[in-house]
Amino acid sequence: MTDEPPPRPVPTLLDLFLTYGKIGLIGFGGINAWARRVLVEEKRWLTDQEYAETLGLGQVLPGPNALNASIMVGDRFHGAAGAIVAPGAMFGGPLILLAGLAMFYDAYGEVPVVKAVLAGIAAAAAGMVIGTAAKMTQKIRPPPSLLAVGLCALVAAGLFRVPLPYVVLGLAPFGILAAYRVLRAK
Amino acid sequence: MTATIFWQLVFGFGAISLVSVGGGIAVLPEMHRLVVDVHGWMTDADFAQRFALAQAAPGPNILVVGLFGWHVGGVLGMLTAVLAMTLPTSMLAFGFSRLRTRLAGRFWLRVVERGLVPIAVGLIAASGLILAQGTATGWMPALVTAASTLFVWRTDFSPLWVLVAGALLGIALF
Repeated sequence: MTDEPPPRPVPTLLDLFLTYGKIGLIGFGGINAWARRVLVEEKRWLTDQEYAETLGLGQVLPGPNALNASIMVGDRFHGAAGAIVAPGAMFGGPLILLAGLAMFYDAYGEVPVVKAVLAGIAAAAAGMVIGTAAKMTQKIRPPPSLLAVGLCALVAAGLFRVPLPYVVLGLAPFGILAAYRVLRAK
Repeated sequence: MTATIFWQLVFGFGAISLVSVGGGIAVLPEMHRLVVDVHGWMTDADFAQRFALAQAAPGPNILVVGLFGWHVGGVLGMLTAVLAMTLPTSMLAFGFSRLRTRLAGRFWLRVVERGLVPIAVGLIAASGLILAQGTATGWMPALVTAASTLFVWRTDFSPLWVLVAGALLGIALF
């Protein structure tokens, strides 16, 4: 017996479809925290570091970052077919749900109990997203310089509401410089 | 849906998607300009309500453009808006993904990947904070958010439990 972790499973195309379909349908408060939960913790297809790197690249490219990340994950495991199946499943389910919800909301959106349930879910989802960021930071263990870049992103976008393109493009050079110094020192 | 509206959706959201660095929601002000100011498809209040609805529903936040499309063109309008917002940048992301595979392991690529990680995590935290500011209308929702943060951070149980608890507390307490 060795202490090595068991080999990480490789998904089939059907796995990708089902898993991304699930991520889309449970993705309250945004996809990214849920995608990490399912891909890293439940399925173990990616490590925290790999998931965060994919998401980071997805943020620098234009377009919804969860979509860009799903294309890269799909491509990584199954090429072009994966790059179509993963985002397709992630958007398809919620889109059908949203069409139904749009009709439901027109009819019942002002009913107090519906509003209360939505408010309760939204409050819990907010905590879920914050807790995910805390967990990722703990698992990735960034050196101080990279941690500082992350805190700058949090403060700029979360407290001062700086538009995201400025946050991403403005901080990217500092993050890359910090990573260069860390990797060169190894 | 008229042909005019179809092309307005295609070009309007297609153009917005190409500048949406940092995520689709980063360009929400630009969408507001297109939908409310330029075309007058809906009022400010309509716009805010649809955004809130898309936030409350599961799935990618960008699906809010589907609700804008639905408003002016029904199911077809919804599909047109979503595809206009996602297809052009998807091609780009796929091309980039291919390039990344080919360059895998190069020192500079690893530096860039590592360097963007803190921004990715920081922005997840920021989006949680912004969501929390929107929902914390009193001490009870704020407490739900805090409890949910701790639960997700410190345990490995499925976060779906906190959503169920949030929904039940919503009925009982709000």
